[in-house]
Amino acid sequence: MFNPKTIRQDFPILSREVNGKPLVYLDNAATSQKPRQVIQTLTESYEMYNANVHRGVHTLSMEATDRYEAARQKVADLIHAPSTECVIFVRNTTEAINLVAGTWAASNVGPGDEIVLTEMEHHSNLVPWQKVAQEQSATLRFIPVTDDGTLDLSSLDTLINQHTKLVSIVHVSNMLGTLNPVNEIIRKAHHAGAHVMIDAAQSVPHTAVDVMEMDCDFLAFSGHKMLAPPGIGVLYVKPSVLEQMEPFMRGGEMVQEVWYDHATWSDLPNRFEAGTPNFTDAVALGAAIDYLNDLGMDEVRQHERDITAYALDAFGQLEEVEIVGPKDPDLRGGLLTFTASDIHPHDLGTFLDMDGIAIRTGHHCVMPMHRKLGLSATARASFYVYNSNDEIDILVESLKRALAYFGHAAQRT
Amino acid sequence: MQPNELDDLYREVILDHYRTRRNSQRLPDAQVEAHGNNPFCGDEVFLQLRLNRDGTIQEIGNQGQGCSISQASSSLMSDALKGRTLEEAGALRELFRRMLAGEQLSDAETEMLGELEALQGVRQFPVRIKCALLAWSVLEDGVKEYRGL
Repeated sequence: MFNPKTIRQDFPILSREVNGKPLVYLDNAATSQKPRQVIQTLTESYEMYNANVHRGVHTLSMEATDRYEAARQKVADLIHAPSTECVIFVRNTTEAINLVAGTWAASNVGPGDEIVLTEMEHHSNLVPWQKVAQEQSATLRFIPVTDDGTLDLSSLDTLINQHTKLVSIVHVSNMLGTLNPVNEIIRKAHHAGAHVMIDAAQSVPHTAVDVMEMDCDFLAFSGHKMLAPPGIGVLYVKPSVLEQMEPFMRGGEMVQEVWYDHATWSDLPNRFEAGTPNFTDAVALGAAIDYLNDLGMDEVRQHERDITAYALDAFGQLEEVEIVGPKDPDLRGGLLTFTASDIHPHDLGTFLDMDGIAIRTGHHCVMPMHRKLGLSATARASFYVYNSNDEIDILVESLKRALAYFGHAAQRT
Repeated sequence: MQPNELDDLYREVILDHYRTRRNSQRLPDAQVEAHGNNPFCGDEVFLQLRLNRDGTIQEIGNQGQGCSISQASSSLMSDALKGRTLEEAGALRELFRRMLAGEQLSDAETEMLGELEALQGVRQFPVRIKCALLAWSVLEDGVKEYRGL
């Protein structure tokens, strides 16, 4: 039985107080908290298994290598990758996208080609493609977003055409919360001969993802949003695509043999992991995956769907609160972006913080979408395995008092 | 009841200036004109100064959008600057900055700040200090440009 109250006990930070109130952590889309199991794995790595990987013949190095590669296997299993060869460890989603932009796109996108994104992309899945487009004389095209925060697929057949080289889209929007129909888009893109990259930063931590079934060419996510430390992320690349790709960075670890004037590359995936990798945090990511698997990814999704439905309902009772994005919990991930009357999100964020509630305020690295919606900033509450309906009640109660507090000011003038 | 820090941050005078901005009229023929924003929060301030022959500030216009602290600070600044020279405005900006940095001010200095003192509660909220300083940075940019620096 999935019980956030029991799960909470595994997260030491959740028992601390903020401004004299119990912490209500609702900023999970920015980063998640870490369970004791992950923290212990980190400690254990440093106290028992610390040595550089893929190098020494000594025991510690071999043990560290085994742990690092076991973590890679856990990642492969989690996303149903066909093998560990197509799982590349990177720092985060941003680095993964830059890797694809700097290697695959550098040799596959040329003048007149088109890259299709959506209007709801995080800056991480927009700015790297702006560079590719500028330097390689390609054009960026955008799948529009409708007023209800979903993708308008009516023009997809013309947007994705014979000029399209890549379609790179977000799976779950970190701002609108929208769960995009990626399978349908991937099918159409492949039909047109284009490759597809999925920004899965807000989906892999929260729901079961199967890259084989999805049939994407690239998929990226970050460890720190799924109970692991920051500094470790994953890029999955379809094997047939990966074999054709040039290395991203060059140096140690990624070479087979080196002469003064040239070098040959080592096997996959090490070819894409130049320099000492972040093996310690990769092992911690493995522990985080174990933790999530024990809960069950389908159960995690169900829990977040339910808490989002509860929050949508509670927010719906507040006349002054406007939800941004789809209102149907089945069409969205576990996060709610909103505005509260004309209270500026930063004033609201400060007010809620005094009640121990952590939410995100600002543009959430999605400036163009905010601009399109005529918003300069919004507030966002995002949920994870340890959040409960009780915390939604605390949030709503504090919101009501914020509305009264700032609304009262309006009456004074 | 909210903790005292909150009421100290959002003093009545601040919420009042936020809701009813002073000197919000845009001045078409201003000698000093500047605009600045804080992309991190989306706070934005536009500023215009019309000067007298003796160099004192005759009229001031300020507009913008953003959080209560950034906009109230802009409104409060516009009231505080009237009749002052650009040098005096610069000195006031420095005093205001020192107050937000948590420095101990003399009674005379506090008196000089006048209503601007209402923003001192921002000190307790380090991430909001830049909101309070935005209008003053815009002023500095405008004056620099006016002097051809």
